[in-house]
Amino acid sequence: MAIDTGSTTSTPPAPLADAGPQELVMRLWRGDSSGGRFEDYHLPAQEGEVVLDVVHRIQATQAPDLAVRWNCKAGKCGSCSAEINGRPRLMCMTRMSTLPTDEPITISPMRAFPIMRDLVTDVSYNFEVAKQIPAFKPGPKDPDGVYRMAQVDIDRGQEFHKCIECFLCQNVCHVIRDHEENKPRYAGPRFFVRLAELEMHPLDTLDRREYIREEMGIGYCNITKCCTEVCPEDIHITDNAIIPLKERVVDSHYDPIAWVGRKIMGRPAPLPASEARKYTGAAHPQPRRGDEAAKPEAGPDAAQPEAGPDAAKPDAGPDAAQPEAGPDAAKPDAGPDAALPGPGA
Amino acid sequence: MSETERHDFDVVVIGAGGAGLRAAIEAREMGARTALVCKSLLGKAHTVMAEGGVAAALGNVWPEDNWEVHFRDTMRGGKMLNNWRMAEIHALEAPDRVLELEEWGALFDRTPDGRILQRDFGGHRYARLAHVGDRTGLEMIRTLQHRAVSLGIDVFMECKVVRLLQDDAGTVSGAVGFWRETGRFVTFATKSVVLATGGLGKSWKFTSNSWESTGDGIGLALWAGADLIDMEAIQFHPTGMVWPPSARGLLVTEGVRGDGGILKNRDGERFMFNYISPFFAAETADTIEEADQWYENKDFRRPPELLPRDEVARAINSEVKADRGSPHGGVFLDIASRRSPDEIRRRLPSMYHQFKELADVDITTTPMEVGPTCHYAMGGVRVEADTEATTVTGLYAAGEVAGGMHGSNRLGGNSLSDLIVFGRRAGLAAAERALGNPGKNEVSETQVADVTRHATSYFDNQGTENAYAVHHDLQETMQSLVGIIRTESELLEAKEKLAELGERAAKCVVEGNVWFNPGWHLALDLESMLAVSNCTTLSAIERRESRGGHTREDYPGFRPEFENVNMVTRLVDGEYTVAQEPKPRMPDELAKLFAEDAH
Repeated sequence: MAIDTGSTTSTPPAPLADAGPQELVMRLWRGDSSGGRFEDYHLPAQEGEVVLDVVHRIQATQAPDLAVRWNCKAGKCGSCSAEINGRPRLMCMTRMSTLPTDEPITISPMRAFPIMRDLVTDVSYNFEVAKQIPAFKPGPKDPDGVYRMAQVDIDRGQEFHKCIECFLCQNVCHVIRDHEENKPRYAGPRFFVRLAELEMHPLDTLDRREYIREEMGIGYCNITKCCTEVCPEDIHITDNAIIPLKERVVDSHYDPIAWVGRKIMGRPAPLPASEARKYTGAAHPQPRRGDEAAKPEAGPDAAQPEAGPDAAKPDAGPDAAQPEAGPDAAKPDAGPDAALPGPGA
Repeated sequence: MSETERHDFDVVVIGAGGAGLRAAIEAREMGARTALVCKSLLGKAHTVMAEGGVAAALGNVWPEDNWEVHFRDTMRGGKMLNNWRMAEIHALEAPDRVLELEEWGALFDRTPDGRILQRDFGGHRYARLAHVGDRTGLEMIRTLQHRAVSLGIDVFMECKVVRLLQDDAGTVSGAVGFWRETGRFVTFATKSVVLATGGLGKSWKFTSNSWESTGDGIGLALWAGADLIDMEAIQFHPTGMVWPPSARGLLVTEGVRGDGGILKNRDGERFMFNYISPFFAAETADTIEEADQWYENKDFRRPPELLPRDEVARAINSEVKADRGSPHGGVFLDIASRRSPDEIRRRLPSMYHQFKELADVDITTTPMEVGPTCHYAMGGVRVEADTEATTVTGLYAAGEVAGGMHGSNRLGGNSLSDLIVFGRRAGLAAAERALGNPGKNEVSETQVADVTRHATSYFDNQGTENAYAVHHDLQETMQSLVGIIRTESELLEAKEKLAELGERAAKCVVEGNVWFNPGWHLALDLESMLAVSNCTTLSAIERRESRGGHTREDYPGFRPEFENVNMVTRLVDGEYTVAQEPKPRMPDELAKLFAEDAH
């Protein structure tokens, strides 16, 4: 269902004869999963516009049913990803004045994802991968109940947290851009950034290395840096996230010294992927209607005997809670490790 | 439209910004089967736009800070119209909620000794905002999003809820929405619904809000028979971008001023010293020398640039009207002459990026042009402070869609803390109600059919009316007649025009089919926007005084008879009505905190 956006030659060139310097010709992909075509829209240029403004003007005046996904229009939400003159970018952060206007400006949907309609693609693959990421698992707090972290130790993590999930890095990744069949076993650059932020988090205690190797498919990445080039947040995806992640995974799995160390010194082996999986969202779906009897899944809670019993929680109801005590007083340990109660608990 | 997709849950949360995510997490942790329904993709909600920080009296930078000081700042910032109990709960619980985000993986900027760093913001006596540079909202939504995903909560993305369903007694029984991709309808049967739909700025022309902020929760609550309060209290943030035209209204964080930025008019005058109202005179510096020492030493009084937002917005408005504005109709916000380029880029990376990319302005060398932009609704659905229960059984509301917490003006940073404090409480109460009523979920198929028939009726309309044109005219009307400065004749004119716009909106013709059709989505969003606009206008007519985000040219200043009343709007027999009702009275031990205030 992916369309060929690398070429617009299938559409005859727009008549440019009467296009004065103030007229824009926008060549937009229109269509759905069954197919489509590029259509040209002519409209006057206006001062200070970004591509998304022009798309909105087309929508308001010429094509009310033109589908386009957007939210913040400030480069903060990562919704309006598209390929502008073949280049993956955010429409809201691409000023018209940076594009040549002597030829039509082509806007097509991201190619690595199935078309829904017009410029909107089905990015659900990314949200499925998100459910496969083993969650954050912090260690204990300092004796005074505070987590302390030095700024220098979180600078790298904060770089990764800048990600706006525009999925442009996923869109250009060679492993999946033209290989739909790789998606089930490959997390992609966005989620390597996510995994790197967890692995490098000063408070995190979960070992995801085997999981990243076996189930996230990091070995498929051959570090061509295409993801880094398109990142609108300038995250150094390849250098700062993927390469260190690859090194950790290799160290844990293949390093003969580490292997000998484990054998002789009794150091713990890397956590098996199947154990890390228990910390993912996919590992504990909610019970469906009709299977009320279903047991709660073995999730992070199962591995956390120290988790505070949630039976204490209903006492912290809004009515019972005294503001001075704080409704959380009843569940001091309730945090990431709090048990997931079963239905009707 | 015979068969609709059907789902059964204990708790359905509508909206997946900070409040919705936090509510869903709490409900799920209580053991409730929980759905999270949102108009956009997960993680794109307006919370990502929040920049400066989340206010919580952690006392990490100024040990003198505590919940009572935060409570007092919040009430005074809201010009005492706040629901005192909400303001109290908020000040008490915000620190725990912020620390909880850290337990879920958030990385706030640090103090030298490794704790959460806090920054200065308008109206806050001490540096109180936990933050991540100027992208705190992104950090918060992503942290909550990861947490929600790890709990296996069912998320219905790009799904717009059209109406709530109710049983014969009026108790909420479900909701009907549709998938934006396919246009296919979805029915949710549930014991509890949490409204967390956020803001409503899209009724105004210049707004910092995204397309989603159409006040859907206001409409859903109103149509279900719930009360709204203080809808006249709209915050115009003082610093929105004014140029280029396409970026007009886009937010410029108050963190610029918290970090030392100052406001100047065309003549280079630091004009805020001319706009210090008596209400804040005792705590505001009246010389440049004193103001500039405050950043390092809190024994000095606060610079007037950091007065609450309503004060600063009115001042900018006055300067522009007096023809002392900047070339594009704003004033100058100058950080370039105050801090080093490196510091500006480190403390305000998003602002640097935003001006560089959109306006081709380097804020490390050049002042920004800024002006007021419609930003936030203080009013909203009336809720019970401890549980966020609305006046309709089974319906809860949290975050911006709920009213009361912020009175007539919200302090910066109090919104993100509002989301997590009251999001959690709403999720808890909604889950307790659901789990305490274990019977089978029932919805009326007739109601479902009525909703789907209504929603698709736009495809059958005849004529030439277009949703984009109606929206344009609505925004012009609200901007010019129900804007930052209001007067009775204009408000009455707005009321007339809204009636006409309502008739036009009902006749909108939708082209194309139901597949991802923005024209259709806008026609449905207009229903909410019109509800918002009507209620705001009615409340604005009725509140014959100026307080916080509501400024009446014909009734300047506070009037004592309005200090203790909420403006309550509701639908009665299909007509919008407004009534003055007494607001909850603050207990004496809290009132003592304000004893020395003269007002």
